[in-house]
Amino acid sequence: MQEFLQNLLNGVAVGAIYALIALGYTMVYGILKLINFAHGDVFMLGSFVGFYAGGWATTHMHDKAGTWMSWPIAGAVMLLAMIACGLFGYLNERIAYRPLRNAPRIASLITAIGVSFFLEYGGQFVFGPDPKFFPTLIEKHLIRAGGIVTTNYQLIVLVVAIIFMAILQYIIYGTKFGRAMRAVSFNFETASLMGIPTDRIISITFIIGSVLAAVAGILYGLSYPKIDPLMGIMPGLKAFIAAVLGGIGNVPGAVVGGLIIGIIESFVGGSQFSSFRDAIAFVILIGILLFRPTGLFGKYEPEKV
Amino acid sequence: MKRFPWWIRDTIYAVIFIGVLIGLSYGLEAIPIQGIAYYNRILVLMGINITLAVSLNIINGHAGQFSLGHAGFMAVGAYFAAFLTVYYFSPYVNTIPEGTGQWLAQNGLLLLAVLLGGTVAAVAGYIVGLPSLRLRGDYLAIVTLGFGEIIRVIILNIDKVGAARGFTGIPPWSNFFWVYFFCGVTIAISWRLVNSSVGRAFLSVREDEIAAEAMGVDTTKYKVKAFIIGSFLAGVAGGLFAHYTPAYLNPTMFTFIRSFEIIAMVVLGGLGSISGSVLAAIILTFLPEGLRAAKGVLHMTKDPRMVIYSVMLIVLMLTRPQGLFGRRELWQVLARRKNTIPTKGRDEGDAADKLDRDAGPPVS
Repeated sequence: MQEFLQNLLNGVAVGAIYALIALGYTMVYGILKLINFAHGDVFMLGSFVGFYAGGWATTHMHDKAGTWMSWPIAGAVMLLAMIACGLFGYLNERIAYRPLRNAPRIASLITAIGVSFFLEYGGQFVFGPDPKFFPTLIEKHLIRAGGIVTTNYQLIVLVVAIIFMAILQYIIYGTKFGRAMRAVSFNFETASLMGIPTDRIISITFIIGSVLAAVAGILYGLSYPKIDPLMGIMPGLKAFIAAVLGGIGNVPGAVVGGLIIGIIESFVGGSQFSSFRDAIAFVILIGILLFRPTGLFGKYEPEKV
Repeated sequence: MKRFPWWIRDTIYAVIFIGVLIGLSYGLEAIPIQGIAYYNRILVLMGINITLAVSLNIINGHAGQFSLGHAGFMAVGAYFAAFLTVYYFSPYVNTIPEGTGQWLAQNGLLLLAVLLGGTVAAVAGYIVGLPSLRLRGDYLAIVTLGFGEIIRVIILNIDKVGAARGFTGIPPWSNFFWVYFFCGVTIAISWRLVNSSVGRAFLSVREDEIAAEAMGVDTTKYKVKAFIIGSFLAGVAGGLFAHYTPAYLNPTMFTFIRSFEIIAMVVLGGLGSISGSVLAAIILTFLPEGLRAAKGVLHMTKDPRMVIYSVMLIVLMLTRPQGLFGRRELWQVLARRKNTIPTKGRDEGDAADKLDRDAGPPVS
């Protein structure tokens, strides 16, 4: 029972990170029907911005370590990563996707792959291919509760992820922008006929998605301090699976999908089949898609002629 | 050549083709340039990439089924063929005394291993093709990507083929001749296919599945058929790759990144254009190699070639969103340029592309 709860907790913590990345995939897909393969690498970018900003902060303000001041510093590092990734997300859409808005959909998929390659190889070129150690922005504590061992990091991950998901939920369902976004995702052309500035909505969607990826990057760097330019590939892929699992284009679906993938991976990782951990997400995905071809929460629409 | 019956004509073509290949495979090695082995190696890898791109073009371009798992099929073919040669064929060949007998046994068994590797890959393609009966568009893409990764992780856990250490000790039997022989075979199959009733059925599935079904095309059968043919050829390419120097296999060679590279070739060439796939495969194989010079020219300490490569991939796609040749072939593009009268048929695809934008899976 203890082991079960322990695996569950670990799974939820990593699943929350997957969920944050998956939100970016699903929002972009919902609006543009584009699989933004570069998204996992934006997550990597966020982590590296955090690495450099955090590295600067820990060397110049090491006297603040362990005090309450480490919290605002960590917050500032995260904010910086969010700004950098948001900017990248905007430029990415502007340069690589917008000119292809009226081209065949597969063309923007290839530019997405190109941008992904660009970030991976560019990351290796600029940051160097060797793994780096993410600075400890906040002291790590072990927390023991009823036989389960957890760290304050896992709690931070959960709290921060929930905060950002709540903000996103508010943006999508509580603001005028969110309504416009839903309209664009419902029907692109009609929305633009109704006077919705679709280009701006798409830009902002990309920015929000990239900001969430940056948050995930910082949280990931905090919990698994070894980062390298190719670190975005696997979490990005799994987050994408999470988005498809929940029904791509569906925001709550992405969160549920992320948690499912995280929890199952954590259980498989703790079992004798741990070497198959990377494949299990796909097995689940294929299993679910065979029975529900549009994911868990995806709406099924019969094809019309 | 019109006055010969088709089978004599095709035999003549085949003999000419094989003759040219034999001439080239000896001629290219004899060219007195420094580092000719390096250029020959790139040429062989290019041939493998062409085979992969043209075979994926059958699935993605002709039948319109978006597959992202081509590296997985390649891995199946590579590992199975290598498994056969390492554990069964190579020990047998070593018992034969050196000479013509050994040479014949070596090449015959390579052919057998490669074809069997392709067959196993085709079985994998059949298994992957099955879900395509239910899934469309991006959902199919992600499932094929998933199958590719599952195949890789399974290989990673088979100790007999080296697992994560990589598979060593494969005899380096593959060479320029075999690679380009199968390259030619792939192009011929692809070309004959697209101009046959099966190929027409593929195109009808791609253009409009419902209409095709209404016209009596068994869409399920043809989708699976496309997967089987495409994966067989990918498996053959994998088998040839496995036996080419340094004859070493590692699961990290077959990640979905490899699939992305192949799909980039197909899309860049123009979905459904065979000559486009060939040309794009040539460009995208040469580009990273040609960019090796960039490091010296730009006076950099690190090698920027892959960064430039990715930027160029983006730029190429932005300038030619429909691919180099669209859905036409090289000669159709050239013919159009000469006299501005539009060539008949095969050109209506552009309108279908626009429709395709709205045809994604349902979204909430």
